Amino acid sequence: MTTTLAPQQVAHRPVTSANASKTRATLYWIAKHALAIALAIMFLGPLVFIGLTAVMSDHQALTSQLWPETWEWGNFADIFEKAPLLTWIRNTLLYSVLATVFMLLSSIPVAYALARFRFPGRKLAFLLVITTMMLPPQVVAVPVYLIWARFHLTGTLWPLIIPMLLGDAFSIFLLRQFLVTIPRDYSDAARVDGAGEFRTLVRVILPMAKPAIAAVALFQFFYCWNDYYGPLLYAGTNLDNWTLSLGLAAFRSVHRVQWNLTMAATMLAMAPVIIVFFFAQKVFIEGVKLSGVK
Amino acid sequence: MPSRNKRERRRANLRALLYLSPWLIGFSVFFLYPLLSTVYFSFQRYDLFTLEPVGLLNYKYFLQDEAAWTSIKNTLWLVVVMVPLRVLFGLGVSQLVTKLKSGQGIFRTIFYLPSLVPLVAGTLGFVFLLNPGTGPVQAILGAVGIHSPDWFGDPAWSKWGLTLLSLWSVGDLMVIFMAALLDVPKQLYEAASLDGATAWQQFTRITLPVIRPVLMFATVTGVIQTLQYFTQAMVAARVASGATDSAGSVFTPGYPDQSTLTFPEWLFQQGFRDFAMGYACVLALVLFVVSMIFTLILLRQFRGFAEEEA
Repeated sequence: MTTTLAPQQVAHRPVTSANASKTRATLYWIAKHALAIALAIMFLGPLVFIGLTAVMSDHQALTSQLWPETWEWGNFADIFEKAPLLTWIRNTLLYSVLATVFMLLSSIPVAYALARFRFPGRKLAFLLVITTMMLPPQVVAVPVYLIWARFHLTGTLWPLIIPMLLGDAFSIFLLRQFLVTIPRDYSDAARVDGAGEFRTLVRVILPMAKPAIAAVALFQFFYCWNDYYGPLLYAGTNLDNWTLSLGLAAFRSVHRVQWNLTMAATMLAMAPVIIVFFFAQKVFIEGVKLSGVK
Repeated sequence: MPSRNKRERRRANLRALLYLSPWLIGFSVFFLYPLLSTVYFSFQRYDLFTLEPVGLLNYKYFLQDEAAWTSIKNTLWLVVVMVPLRVLFGLGVSQLVTKLKSGQGIFRTIFYLPSLVPLVAGTLGFVFLLNPGTGPVQAILGAVGIHSPDWFGDPAWSKWGLTLLSLWSVGDLMVIFMAALLDVPKQLYEAASLDGATAWQQFTRITLPVIRPVLMFATVTGVIQTLQYFTQAMVAARVASGATDSAGSVFTPGYPDQSTLTFPEWLFQQGFRDFAMGYACVLALVLFVVSMIFTLILLRQFRGFAEEEA
């Protein structure tokens, strides 16, 4: 605030007042950072307590003690014996990887057409993409379930994977938002050089759209990795096709109350997301920004 | 000349059709057809084996289905309490982080991180943290002399437990708000402080008006997402009740005492556990109408947005 004062005013001010405003700025600085640190402890607290409980002994996990008496790293091996974790992880990976690859193949051309081509109904198509993105999946769940039942695919994860070949509204929306920001000059230049529309997309636009493509790919992958509703609907009654989310939700009931093992399994489910986040933080943040309107 | 132009335009339209074809097929097969089909099934009794037209019976049943109305009340509670709290908290956190002169990056990372934690894992974690007897929250509150409620075991507190969980994962909102806050022109603040405006006046007269569209967007999408609220309620109830089924089919959601039963959960239960599929379609149409109202509000905001890059 002092910077906005006219020079002659500053000259007339006593020295003590300048000191006072400096002290006030320092106090303000401390208050802000103290608040931020307090909040940070509250945000990290749950993760820390989950981690600490994961390495407690069976007995201690049933008490309200906060710090592990003994560090039972073996808990992380135990959970693999107590539950078919490897099967769950395999199913989850199958779902996440295939859905992500299929989504990219189908959604990029659609987003490109919405961002660049002029055709009748262009605006309507974009508004319909947003509508399907916003409407709850439960609205059409019954008939869609019946479609898959007709193909005898209920009980598997395929009803969640195959539709990704037909585009995903959220990804189309996000990619489109990014593609409209690429200046037309680039694709015009490519066209002058004789490149067709498809070549322009692959050679010129896709390399420039890498950050957005990385963001939708990560979002899709982790959406599937975390998905509970979809797998519950289609594979909930078929234990062979359970995913990590389904297994984790039922983990506590498989045996009796074993919070330490449940928290160890919880850590395991969180780990990939947190590790990838630390390597690709920027991709996540830019992607989230794209999803908001300005 | 004009005929050549026409041919070119037709070629361009065909090309657009080709690029759009995956989505056009997907939209027709997995949205348009099922939506019409939902209307048809809402007038039938259907349990996967027999199909029988029943007229308005499903609709009449809906009006007197007490569990459905309980689930509507619970979902409304979440819309009215959880959504505004999340937006306000997200705004507060983003305001704080943008004002930090040092450590901004670290704090942003810490506040964003929980929003990436898988829903099931986060919910399990919170049920454990708030669990009386073993959870650290009770231990910590007890140490300062506060008697902790039985969060997920008490119908009066279970929705507040879910609200805490949603505040913990406010990171995505924070990132969107931070981007908006950093976009507010600096000169506006400088001019205002020259005129002697207080920090609060600057916030209400400059910051809020400029970021209003973003707040609006966050609130409306928050409402639509909350209308679909399913996973956290389902998992919290299942874990807190200690349901012991292994196939995932016996458990009835809503524990404790239907206090966490949300509308999508009841739809799921009716359609895919009790196989009252005709009735589930009535519930689906109710959900469709309500979500469509909020989606239209959002689309109005998008309309100008879609035009700007023609």
